[in-house]
Amino acid sequence: MTRLTVPKTYKLYIGGKFPRSESGRTYEVTTKKGAFLANAALASRKDARDAVVAARSAFNGWSTATAYNRGQVLYRIAELLEGRREQFIDELMATESLSKSAATAQLDTAIDAWVWYAGWADKYAQVAGNGNPVSGPYFNLSTPEPSGIIAIVAPQDSSSLLGLVSVIAPALVSGNTVVVVAHQGAPLSAISLSEVLATSDVPGGVVNILTGSPAEIAPWLASHADVNGLDLAGAEQLEWVDLQIAAADTLKRVSGPVVGVPAPSIERIVQWTETKTVWHTKSMI
Amino acid sequence: MTENDTALSVKAPSFLDYAPAPESTSILHLKKHYGLFIDGEFVDGRGDSFTTISPATEKAIASISNANNADVDAAVAAARKAYDRTWSKLSGADRGKYLFRIARLVQERARELAVAESLDNGKPIKESRDVDVPLVAAWFFYYAGWADKLDYAGLGPNPQSLGVAAQVIPWNFPLLMLAWKIAPALAAGNTVVIKPAETTPLSAMIFAEILQQAGLPNGVVNIVTGAGDTGHALVNHPDVNKVAFTGSTGVGRAIAKSIAGTGKKVTLELGGKAANIVFDDAPIDQAIEGIVDGIFFNQGHVCCAGSRLLVQENIHDEVVDRLKARLSTLRMGDPLDKNTDIGAINSKAQLERIHELSNIGEAEGAERWTAKCDMPQTGFWFAPTIFTNVSTSSRIAREEVFGPVLSVLTFRTPAEAVAKANNTPYGLSAGIWSDKGSRILAVADKLRAGVIWANTFNRFDPASPFGGYKESGYGREGGRHGLASYLESSGWATPAVTKGGKK
Repeated sequence: MTRLTVPKTYKLYIGGKFPRSESGRTYEVTTKKGAFLANAALASRKDARDAVVAARSAFNGWSTATAYNRGQVLYRIAELLEGRREQFIDELMATESLSKSAATAQLDTAIDAWVWYAGWADKYAQVAGNGNPVSGPYFNLSTPEPSGIIAIVAPQDSSSLLGLVSVIAPALVSGNTVVVVAHQGAPLSAISLSEVLATSDVPGGVVNILTGSPAEIAPWLASHADVNGLDLAGAEQLEWVDLQIAAADTLKRVSGPVVGVPAPSIERIVQWTETKTVWHTKSMI
Repeated sequence: MTENDTALSVKAPSFLDYAPAPESTSILHLKKHYGLFIDGEFVDGRGDSFTTISPATEKAIASISNANNADVDAAVAAARKAYDRTWSKLSGADRGKYLFRIARLVQERARELAVAESLDNGKPIKESRDVDVPLVAAWFFYYAGWADKLDYAGLGPNPQSLGVAAQVIPWNFPLLMLAWKIAPALAAGNTVVIKPAETTPLSAMIFAEILQQAGLPNGVVNIVTGAGDTGHALVNHPDVNKVAFTGSTGVGRAIAKSIAGTGKKVTLELGGKAANIVFDDAPIDQAIEGIVDGIFFNQGHVCCAGSRLLVQENIHDEVVDRLKARLSTLRMGDPLDKNTDIGAINSKAQLERIHELSNIGEAEGAERWTAKCDMPQTGFWFAPTIFTNVSTSSRIAREEVFGPVLSVLTFRTPAEAVAKANNTPYGLSAGIWSDKGSRILAVADKLRAGVIWANTFNRFDPASPFGGYKESGYGREGGRHGLASYLESSGWATPAVTKGGKK
C-alpha cells in the first residue's frame, strides 16, 4: 500500500517568522499542466507594510555587522542550500516542469551565485571606494554604504529560484535589507528558501519574502516612504513605469526590468549603495 | 535678547573701520544683450528676452534671450550632430587637451569671471574670487586628465559615453555648477546642452566666449538660457540620453517622474538640511569659524549648508554667545567690495521665502537673534540670523531655508546627536566637531549623509565625490564617481556561471 503524503503548508516569511497572510487569502500553485501542487499565501498590502517594518528594524544590525561576518552568513546560505538539494530540485521540477538535469543546473547556479556574492562582502568597498587626493590638509575617503531597504520584484518568467537569488544576494552584500515579491507562478522554492534563511545565520527581517501578485503588491512597495530602493528586475509585465513614477515621490533608487535573470555583477551590488565621503582635517603638526 | 548681546551687536564707528575697497567692473566688457549659444555661435532666442539684474542694486545688467521649445530642439540637434560626427570620434587625449585649454582660459580670465559672478549673483567678491573661480579651473583640470584614462574609472574596459547630456543648474554657484556638469560630461565623451538659472546667466555667457577661444568643436557645448519652461523642454527632450540636475528637491522629484520609463540616466543633486554637530571637546575657536562658514557662506544659499547646529548641551550658551559675537563682526554690503563677508540675497522671491520661514520659526516659539547690519537701501538683503530654542519638529529645523538662517538644537549624548542628525528625509551633508578622532570616526559611520566634514565645513574639491543619501538625490559629482555618472559600463568581468534552468 502506498503511503499517504504529508503536503506542506506554504506561508509568507516576514521578520524571521512564517505568518499566513493577514488577509487570510491563498492562491493555487499548479504544475505547468495545471495539476494542483499547493496553496500559497496571497500577500496583501498589510503584509507588504509589515515586511517593510521588519526590514527597517533589521537594517541597523545587518548593515553594521562586520563585512567578514556578512560574508560568512551569506556563505552559510549556500551551505544550507547544498544540504537541501533534493527538496529544491523536486520543487523546481514540479513548478517549472523542468527535467531533473535542468532543475539541478538551476540550483547549482543559484548556490554558486551565493558563494560568489558572499566573497564580495569584504571586498566590494575596496573596489567601489577610494581615497581622494584633495588639495589641502585633509584626509578624504569615499566608501560605499547600503542604501537601506530594497523592495524587489523577483524575475517572473522562469528560473524561480535562481531569479530570486540573483536579486536578493547582491542587495544583501553591502548590508541592505530586502522585501521581495517572489515568482508568482512558481513560488514554492522561494518559500523553501525562506526556511533555509530562517535556519541559517541571517537575522530575522533581513530578508522578507512575499508570495502573491506582484501587480497587487508592488505599487504599495513603490510608494512606501520607508523604502529606499526599488528593483524592478521582474516587473516587465507590470505597469512598471507607473511604479517608477510612484518611487520618485521619495526619490527611491530604481533599477529597471531585466530580460531573464540578472547575471552576477558588482554593478548589482553597487547600485544599492550610497557613497559617503568624509573629510578629516589634518593638523599642522 | 540680553543687554550683553546688544553690546556685542552694535557696531560703533571706529578708526579700525575698513574703507570701501570695491573691485572695479571696468574689467568687464559686457554686451547689452546675450543670445543663446548653439552650435558654437551666439544666436537670438525665439522667446521674449528677459533682463538679468544685480541683486545688490536691482539695476539691469544685460538682456538675455529666452529659449523656447524650438531653440531647445536646435540646441539638442547641434549637440547630437557634434556627438555623432566629432566628439565621440575624437581620441581621449584630444578631448583632454580641449579641457586643459578651457581650464587655462578660465584662469586667465579669472578676475573677469569673478566680477561678473558677484555682480549677477550677489555673492561677495572674496568668495567668487577665492572659491568659485579657482574651483571652476580645478574642475576642468581634474577631468581633463580623465579623458584618456577612462579604462581606469572602475567600470571595466572601454566604458562608453552616454550621448547628449541635458544639464540644468541653479543660481547659487552659477559658474561652479556649470563646471561640475560640463567637465565630467566632456571628459567622458558626451556632448552637452546646459541651462543656467534665469537669475544668473551672465558667467555662462562669458564661459561661452571662452569655449570659442578654446576652439572647442561647434555643438559640443550648447547653452540655452531661460526659466522653468526651458528646463522642462530640455530635460524631457526625446533625443537626450542623460539628465543632470542640481536644485530643489521638488523639481528633482518632478524630473524623476517625467523621465520614468525613458531609460535616460540621471543624477540629481537636491536639497539638504545638514546637521553640524559640536561636541564639548571641540576646538571652539575653529568650530565657531566652521559654523559661520557652514551656514553663512554664500548667504546660506548652499544645498549642503550646516543649517541645523547640534550643540552639546553643556557648551550651548558659550557657543551661542561666541557665535553672536563673531557674527557681529561680519560685514554685509556691496558684493564687489573686497571686505564684504555677506552679500545680497539672490532674488526677491528667495528673500521672501527666507522671511516667510523665519517668521514661521518665531511663530513656532523659537527665539530669534539677528546681527545688527546696515541694510543698503536697494537690493535684497537678509542679515545673519540665529534661532535658539528650536525643537526638532519646527519647520525651520526641517525645511531648507536656503538663506543665512541657523537653527540651534542641543543634545546630551553622541547617540542623541546621531539620532537627531539623521531625523530628516534629506541626507546630503553633515559636520562633526570634536578633538577625539575615535569619536569622529564612530559618529561619521552612523550619519546617513553623502558628505561629512570633520572639524571643517563646506570644503569642495574636484577629486572628491559629492552627493546625497535619501531625498537629497541620486548619483555623485566629483572624483571618479562623478565621471561614472557620465559613462556606461561595457560590462564587468562576470563569473563563469550560466543561466541555469533556461535550457
